[in-house]
Amino acid sequence: MAEHVTLVVNGQRREVDVEPRRLLVEVLREDFDLTGTHVACDTSQCGACTVHMDGQSVKSCTVLAVQADGATVTTIEGLAAGGELHPIQAAFWEKHGLQCGFCTPGMIMSAADLLARVPDPSDQQIRHAIHGNLCRCTGYHNIVAAIREAAVTMHTGSASDSGIVG
Amino acid sequence: MAIDALGASIKRREDPRFITGAGNYIDDIKLPSMVHMAILRSPYAHANIRSVDVTAARAMPGVIDVIVGADVPYNPLPMVWPAGGSAGLRNNVNSPRILATDSVKWTGEGVAAVVAETPAQAFDALAAIVVDYEPLPAVVDAEKAVAPGAPQLHENAPNNVVFEWSVGDSAGTEAAIEAAEVVVRQRLVNQRLIPNPMETRGDIGWYNPGTEEYTLWMSSQTPHIQRLLVGIFTMGIPEHKLRCIAPDVGGAFGTKIFCYADYALVLLASKRIGGRPVKWIEGRRENYQSTIHGRDHITYLEIAGKRDGEITGLRVKTLANLGGRLSTIGPGIPTTLYARVLSGCYKIPNVYAEVTGVYTNTTFVDAYRGAGRPEATYVIERAMDLFAREIGMDRAEIRRRNFIAPDAFPYDNPSGLGTASGGAKIYIDSGNYEPALDKALAMVGYDDLDARKVEARLRGKYLGLGLSTYLEVCGVAPSKWIGAVGEGWGAAMWESSNIRVHLTGKVVLTMGTSPQGQGHETTYSQVISHELGVPVDDVIVQHSDTQGTPFGYGSYGSRTSSVGSTAAIKAAGKIREKARRYAAHMLEAAPEDIEIDGANYSVRGSPDKVKTLQEIAFALDLAFDAPVGMEPYLDETAYYDPTNCTWPFGTHIAIVEIDEETGHVDLVRYVAVDDVGNKINPMIVDGQLHGGIAQGVGQALWEGAVYDDQGQLLSGSLLDYALPRAAWLPSFELDETVTPSPVNPIGVKGVGEAGAIASTAAVSNAVVDALGPLGVRHLDMPYTPQTVWRAIQTAKGGQA
Ligand code: FES
Ligand code: FES
Repeated sequence: MAEHVTLVVNGQRREVDVEPRRLLVEVLREDFDLTGTHVACDTSQCGACTVHMDGQSVKSCTVLAVQADGATVTTIEGLAAGGELHPIQAAFWEKHGLQCGFCTPGMIMSAADLLARVPDPSDQQIRHAIHGNLCRCTGYHNIVAAIREAAVTMHTGSASDSGIVG
Repeated sequence: MAIDALGASIKRREDPRFITGAGNYIDDIKLPSMVHMAILRSPYAHANIRSVDVTAARAMPGVIDVIVGADVPYNPLPMVWPAGGSAGLRNNVNSPRILATDSVKWTGEGVAAVVAETPAQAFDALAAIVVDYEPLPAVVDAEKAVAPGAPQLHENAPNNVVFEWSVGDSAGTEAAIEAAEVVVRQRLVNQRLIPNPMETRGDIGWYNPGTEEYTLWMSSQTPHIQRLLVGIFTMGIPEHKLRCIAPDVGGAFGTKIFCYADYALVLLASKRIGGRPVKWIEGRRENYQSTIHGRDHITYLEIAGKRDGEITGLRVKTLANLGGRLSTIGPGIPTTLYARVLSGCYKIPNVYAEVTGVYTNTTFVDAYRGAGRPEATYVIERAMDLFAREIGMDRAEIRRRNFIAPDAFPYDNPSGLGTASGGAKIYIDSGNYEPALDKALAMVGYDDLDARKVEARLRGKYLGLGLSTYLEVCGVAPSKWIGAVGEGWGAAMWESSNIRVHLTGKVVLTMGTSPQGQGHETTYSQVISHELGVPVDDVIVQHSDTQGTPFGYGSYGSRTSSVGSTAAIKAAGKIREKARRYAAHMLEAAPEDIEIDGANYSVRGSPDKVKTLQEIAFALDLAFDAPVGMEPYLDETAYYDPTNCTWPFGTHIAIVEIDEETGHVDLVRYVAVDDVGNKINPMIVDGQLHGGIAQGVGQALWEGAVYDDQGQLLSGSLLDYALPRAAWLPSFELDETVTPSPVNPIGVKGVGEAGAIASTAAVSNAVVDALGPLGVRHLDMPYTPQTVWRAIQTAKGGQA
């Protein structure tokens, strides 16, 4: 009854036998130990589980593992290339775009999806793009600021990393 | 010279792990041989349990154990903060069982638990448990619950009353109201909220049969307190045989302060199955039923005064819905933390409040961000607006007219915290309210308001502006006061800190407080960097593990920056004194001749004779050459019991536009001028304010827990409970005034709750202001389009 699933996760080929009812997020967290992808709801509302599947952001609690067979998946752990923080990660740090950090991986993955499509979004576009990601800590103020900053950095290729903000 | 870290917006040291997915939250922990628990919860809000049959569940695949109420050899959970103060006050206490035995009092009360090899197997087996319930009539509304003929929940609580409590001067307030030129009365509902930290709760229990010791990993704000409450108070585990650890906690907002049944269940289960660790992770829908709710007051207010705007009396009657059984400090919230701060930042000579705690067939209610103070702020700030409207006075003016004057501090509020001081004086120690009001009014362009209302009407909108000039009490609290006559938790409220300067000069700070996203690892490092003159990166902060940290009361009530930091500063002072003595020995000088500048300890008048803290630590930790009688190592512990609480204040202003066709409320601007004293890290302070504001706005505009008459939670998932989303909120405009707190050496006050305390009233006042021209003088929250549209239609119909 278990199905054999093959995926590329964060650049690595992974194979796993899964019960058909298991979710992608469960396989990522439990089988592959990629616990940066979080689960914060049971109704597809929160976006904490957001990952990229074949270049699109998806809620991994809403994808069956068998549906991801053959897919390429990127999680928060795979976003930083070669040990360098991704500009969005750096901007979340710089702009205090997180507090408890629980929503953060999903938020960053959604932001990455937005900036891949819309390199220079307005605040309203940012707010709409993360509409499916809930954060209870930040009031979104600094998340919006961080995504705006990341957009600039990704344009100009330079981060304003002074260590001191404001 | 390195910049002083104290007061700098340094990037957070905890963030690298969170932004890379390397955080370590409770559900990320995997232990060898770990198994999983699921809890069967009552589908009825009120029922007797005739029998529970677990035979089939036991036979399900992967099932290791099934536990029912009769298997649990423990007492109900402790309830440690009864309503106190007046002599002879009775609290009719019923606290939660670990698992229900004979009856259930709300939908979601735990009835049985399954332990299985996988989470899915545990959930599958829940469906095989057969419970024979005898459903009973339910009541969910506090006002209905105390009415004659209501279903009765508990034999020891006639009319479902938990307590009847009062504070203030009844006769004086009655006289003030009788004599007043103007009295305004209003019924207010402060609706029930579901706190919703993004990480739900969860825990792992492990019994080690070899040592007979228990370990409890828990998503908690209070691991030290839980060691007492779960260990000794509930299970009878001696304190030294239970270790409690809170890993990274994904938000809490009060919900993770309390003692929950699942803590005892995972420990019991691990013991029953021979010591395999047992993990339980709460689902979101489960969280809505099994973790505390907040607010839920029905209040009748009377505010009395003169036509010139002077307020002379405030009388409040509140019914506080506390749920089906009492959470850990449920009764303390609507009494001490609410009724004793009702007069806010105003000088009101006569205040009297009666609070009735009520049982209903709902989830228990306890401290949610602000805990009592948002409810109090809502009452007084709505009352000021109602009174201003009645006498035709400007809303800013009436506030100004009644502010406690800047030279009136320390101010002893007549119904206030000081009235149960028991020897430790609690008074409002400092404040200067007008500058914050003026600044906020200038920021929003208050003088142009009428023109903007006219302009909005041309676009089919009603524009409204709402003020909230709040006062918060936080930084809890002097233990002497907490312990005073009936007002105590049965706990003290000091904090603790240990500092070790290791031989390479690296500093390990261990704290009794426990963060949930506030950035303690950063802010405490900043404080210690300032105190000891070492770089921030040379300090590491350890916390949230009862093994290795000194006892502490945890983080809530905006107490960490004022109480925790002061403990750390005291410990640093001890380190400096010992370092001074050893530097004197090394430099062959008298200790009193050693001058300290940052990390440099030099001989007065001979600045070249100097040792750094690192050199001193190296020499003293090795102690090859220590003088007789001096203990090796720089290792000091300090405890700090505050002499008073702290009193942040400020002015928040919301501007809303209401669509006259749809009733949709748009929050178009939000301005906040807060006085939280000095700041350790302004960036973190702003972040706390943003989050608090959003939560308070959420209450005003969208959030609300809704039960049907049978006690079914209709807002039972994130599909039905409207948590604020990014596109619904504006960015916030923040500014400050700074009145340092005189209570602690760095003059901080605390900021975790201020946003949530102030913002609900600001938005509510804005919405009512917008609808004011239609004749609306009050509207209960949340201001969903439907509610507002109905109010508009009713008002228009009434006028027509
Ligand atoms: S866990 Fe909430 S949307 Fe996936
Ligand atoms: S940072 Fe805590 S939920 Fe977003």
